[in-house]
Amino acid sequence: MNEAIKPDTLLKRTLRVLSRDWQLYFLLLLPLAFVVVFKYAAYPGLRIAFLDYKPARGFEGSPFVGFDIFQKIFKDADFLKALRNSLTFNFLDLLVGFPLPIVLAIMLNEIRFKTFKRVSQTILYLPHFLSWVIVASVAYALFKPESGLVNILLVNLGFIDSGIPFLTEKWHWAVSYLLIGVWQGLGWGTIIYLAAITGISSELYEAATVDGAGRLGRIWHVTLPGIRPTMVTLLIMNLGRITGSNFERLDSLANVQVTEFQYQLAIYTYQKGLAGGNFSRATAVGLFQSAVGFLLVLAADRVSKKLGESGLI
Amino acid sequence: MASATASSGGRASLRGRASLSGRKLNAVTIGDIVIIIIITLLCMTCILPFIHLAAKSVSSNTAVLSKKVFLWPKGFTLSAYQAIFRDGQLTRSMFYSVEVTVLFTIIGMIATTCAAYPLSVKRLRGRSAFSLIILFTLYFTAGLIPEYLLLQQLGILNTMWALVLPLAFSPYNMLIMKSFLEATIPDSLEEAAFLDGANHFQILLKIILPLSKPILATLSLFYAVGRWNAYADAKYYITKKALQPIQYMLYNMILNSSSDAISLSESAAATSTPEVLQSATVMFATLPIICIYPFVQKYFVKGVMIGAVKG
Repeated sequence: MNEAIKPDTLLKRTLRVLSRDWQLYFLLLLPLAFVVVFKYAAYPGLRIAFLDYKPARGFEGSPFVGFDIFQKIFKDADFLKALRNSLTFNFLDLLVGFPLPIVLAIMLNEIRFKTFKRVSQTILYLPHFLSWVIVASVAYALFKPESGLVNILLVNLGFIDSGIPFLTEKWHWAVSYLLIGVWQGLGWGTIIYLAAITGISSELYEAATVDGAGRLGRIWHVTLPGIRPTMVTLLIMNLGRITGSNFERLDSLANVQVTEFQYQLAIYTYQKGLAGGNFSRATAVGLFQSAVGFLLVLAADRVSKKLGESGLI
Repeated sequence: MASATASSGGRASLRGRASLSGRKLNAVTIGDIVIIIIITLLCMTCILPFIHLAAKSVSSNTAVLSKKVFLWPKGFTLSAYQAIFRDGQLTRSMFYSVEVTVLFTIIGMIATTCAAYPLSVKRLRGRSAFSLIILFTLYFTAGLIPEYLLLQQLGILNTMWALVLPLAFSPYNMLIMKSFLEATIPDSLEEAAFLDGANHFQILLKIILPLSKPILATLSLFYAVGRWNAYADAKYYITKKALQPIQYMLYNMILNSSSDAISLSESAAATSTPEVLQSATVMFATLPIICIYPFVQKYFVKGVMIGAVKG
């Protein structure tokens, strides 16, 4: 259609659009300024990953070294440990943390007592609104071997003789870290599925009932297929975060006994980079994380479209 | 219009029938009971820890040390809270955090509205290009060091603005608001106002915003809670103690054993054990959220539900 329009009418049309909608473009200036000044302006800084950068030398004074830094980090035992930990824990997070909100959302949807449903939803969303500092402080108050509430109760009830080091021994910590993370996001994670479930037509449930489906049958044949697009979208978005981690979650649950597992890429970037002054290495790791995440999202989107799902982009 | 009413009436009667037959078919089953038990247990894991902490924070040192405090205070005393107020450090940090949070939320909401409204107008030229520019930053971030150097160049390291500006505009929240506007406000309404001679600013202020209260409340809560809870950026960008938000101060007091910021514990150690004092400190920082939460809660479920349908 556009080819048919002559240049002068195109100009006229542009002017007409501008005279009609300039206020909309004007409004867009503020948010665009935010992303340009605080996000896009940071991208040129990524070239540090290809420079032997020292803060004192600045960008211009630092020699270009190509992919040297990347070669170095892939021989760096610390990086490999952080990468291994990140991938393992994020995979486990996904394995446990992805299906549970779906199960909980279906359970909530099955509740027929309105007040109970509303109150329990309110309570279940609460952990999402608490900071990691508070969650971690509470976790220590519950799980310290000597003075933690859970350990005191277990000892008093005679199940154990001395406190379990839930947060101060690496294998226990691994489980606690995962469960605390899942617990924190569980209730909030249900909202999007509950929204999707409300979009399912009640006629489908009726038809299933008429066909003799029981409660589990309706969940399996109506609810789950109904929320499948939402599941796919969230799965794709989560895949993008497979190398990233929540710095605050790791940092606030940290202690010297568990660094073996707690040392993940977000911690590596902070300790080597900001705290240790090795800016090039930290930037290279950050770039690696962003690139892997971005490519994974694109790939997952492509695959899901091939499989006939709607995808993300 | 007439057919729409008819069909919605038809669906309502169908729903009515469905619930009638549902009530007849399902009395309370084992399944119901199992679900209610599981959900009740989950809810208890969300509440009991805080009741425990609240009980500890108002109990006497001896009761806490002898591990007798569970969900009810023993030897009631407010001395830990008195110590917090006397010390003043946390209350100052609290006021500062409120200031930062309010500023952050206002700026964030203005920027979000300025993006979401134009991008929800379907005939806007270049709409998808602008969306792409904004949303790309969600999926590809520059990372810690480039962002740190950027803030250094901008000269806002170690100022309050390092906590306010970089994260003030959230593309993710913009997406939620945009979907909300697309789902709830019919194009015809805005088109009609436009034909009546209203300009876009008037439409936004007089039509869109009054109709968007649930989403405005929801996103304000998201911005405010996000800012109130975060401490990582303070750890990255702020070294001046006076500019640290309350969460970072809390982090230094309770979690970071290697830090030098335990002065409150030291000065107050005479009156309270670390245990009691820590509980009181956590409660002190949690209470604002727990107080506001129930009131905003009823809005955000509605807002997010509509905004998230096609997120």
